[in-house]
Amino acid sequence: MIECRDLVKTYINGDVETNALKGVSFEIKEGEFVAIIGPSGSGKSTLMHIIGALDTPTSGKYILDGHEVSSLNDDELSDIRRTKIGFVFQSFNLLPRTTVMRNVMLPLLYSNTSEKEREQRALESLRYAGMDESKKNNLSNQLSGGQMQRVAIARALINNPAIILADEPTGNLDTKTSHIVMKTFQDLNAKGHTIILITHEEEIANFAERVISIRDGVVESDVVKKL
Amino acid sequence: MFIDLLKETLWSLTGNKVRSSLTMLGIVIGIASVIAMVAIGQGAQSSISASIESIGSNLIIVMPGAQRGGGISAGRGSAETLTMDDVNAIATQVPDVKAVAPEVSRRYQITAGGNNTNTQVVGTLPTYLDVRNVQVDLGSFISTQQVQASSKVAVLGPTARDDLFGTDANPVGQSIRVNGVGFTVIGVTVLKGGAGFTNPDDYVYIPITTDQHYLAGNSFVSDISAAATSPDNIAAAQQEVTDLLLNRHKITDPTQADFNILNQADIISTASSVTGTFTALLASIAGISLLVGGIGIMNMMLTTVTERTREIGLRKAVGVRRIYINLQFLAEAVVLTFLGGFIGIILGWLMSMLASHFLSMTTQVSVSSILLAFGVSAAIGIIFGFYPARRAAALSPIEALRYE
Ligand SMILES: Nc1ncnc2c1ncn2[C@@H]1O[C@H](COP(=O)(O)OP(=O)(O)OP(=O)(O)O)[C@@H](O)[C@H]1O
Ligand SMILES: [Mg+2]
Repeated sequence: MIECRDLVKTYINGDVETNALKGVSFEIKEGEFVAIIGPSGSGKSTLMHIIGALDTPTSGKYILDGHEVSSLNDDELSDIRRTKIGFVFQSFNLLPRTTVMRNVMLPLLYSNTSEKEREQRALESLRYAGMDESKKNNLSNQLSGGQMQRVAIARALINNPAIILADEPTGNLDTKTSHIVMKTFQDLNAKGHTIILITHEEEIANFAERVISIRDGVVESDVVKKL
Repeated sequence: MFIDLLKETLWSLTGNKVRSSLTMLGIVIGIASVIAMVAIGQGAQSSISASIESIGSNLIIVMPGAQRGGGISAGRGSAETLTMDDVNAIATQVPDVKAVAPEVSRRYQITAGGNNTNTQVVGTLPTYLDVRNVQVDLGSFISTQQVQASSKVAVLGPTARDDLFGTDANPVGQSIRVNGVGFTVIGVTVLKGGAGFTNPDDYVYIPITTDQHYLAGNSFVSDISAAATSPDNIAAAQQEVTDLLLNRHKITDPTQADFNILNQADIISTASSVTGTFTALLASIAGISLLVGGIGIMNMMLTTVTERTREIGLRKAVGVRRIYINLQFLAEAVVLTFLGGFIGIILGWLMSMLASHFLSMTTQVSVSSILLAFGVSAAIGIIFGFYPARRAAALSPIEALRYE
């Protein structure tokens, strides 16, 4: 389902070049639950953005469901992001001054979904993400870091995407809530969703079946756990 | 889909009221000032030409020239060179003139009962009605018999009547005293509404013979108004009157003429070139406000570009297609500029109403100024609201999210 071949990402800022990815290759099959770990600055988020069709590699191939992503046009990329992928950003990226509900419903914009159904699905997602329903009309900037994180997760779930990508989804959560969220991911995985998440906590990585470890822009190890 | 677009636009505009209202403010100021300024300028122009036209039609005015003696000029109009004989000669010998009305005019103190006023007293003939486009509201105007008999009768302008007898009173039959001489009021003229340096609504008309006999004490006239038979004959009539008077005054060199003669067309064109300059001045002030308003809009749109670019990145990241993002931002810019434009038009119109009400200026809101002001602000608003958004929507979501 996901195939990365020799992905390279080089950021150029003026005359400073940063090689965030230096040739990353792996394959992820449908229904897998993968954790990506690695030290800060090793290129995890960069890799995740490419997998999420949010950014393009400098060189190398990224094939998603048989389509070479770099050959798709802007609208096709948008459609993929909306229908196939749920992305949880490391920095949440919620709309400022906007209610929790509207943030969660954002991916349903311009779809043929009725207002009632949108709300229903948003509430369901919020519950799934372990978010207190009483906060649904709070503005995004009136939330705690952990609450924002759960809103971001709920937003990623609303379209029931085949692939869920989460960049440090438990970074701002206490152990108890982290476990609730991870259980949710396990649950979703059991229902057939492919889950890829970034973490630097060993304990969180243990929820996954496979752990890819990245260091300095290359894959250091790729371990499939025997259950 | 369309509902979504509408909702997103409204949410976005109401979600950041400061941004929306500041942007709109720029548009409102620009449009309102252009409309008000141009309205005042054009109002002034049309009120001045209307008041010039109200003094008569096809009018030629002869005034005494400067008194000369030993090369020293005492100033135009100071000489006493025009007489009743000149008036009669023009009336009988110039074919292109249909009516002639001489004037002996001067300001006097006038009393009626306890009230008094100081205004222009005009001694004239019955032909004045025709030549100067005056109409009688109450009573009647001076008659030929009254002129022949030097009757002490007076016709009041409506403003003079208001001052002496109270607003809208009927003073016919009452008496007034002009410079101590008693007159009987026989009529009131119709309000002309003309504004200007001398207001015909404030005049008091008396027979010219009475004026010469009791007030002026001599037989000269202050000026002569003559109406040409048609607008096409004004120039010819002016020439004929000039020739006749030169001949009568025995002057061979026209540059030495002891009178000045001008026609209404000249006065109108001079006045409208003055008011045109005035309008241009106001319009350029308005243009500057439009520019300032435009810079305000631009500034507002550009300072919010960072935040908006992130928002666009996020919308794209969750899979909103570029076209919807473009449409939303276009709709936002259109709503802002149209709403601001609408308020600006109302405000500009209100400002001109207030100016005409409190400063008693005539104002005339012109459609072209509305279109111009609105067009400029709308263009600025839409270009600067839409263009950065369009660019942001073309970025990859990550680039847009990281935009600074
Ligand atoms: N837009 C950018 N321009 C230049 N350099 C960048 C850019 N984005 C990321 N980098 C660099 O690329 C490298 C990898 O960044 P990335 O965000 O992928 O790290 P990460 O593994 O997610 O780290 P963390 O665990 O702290 O989130 C870093 O050295 C970072 O400075
Ligand atoms: Mg990261």
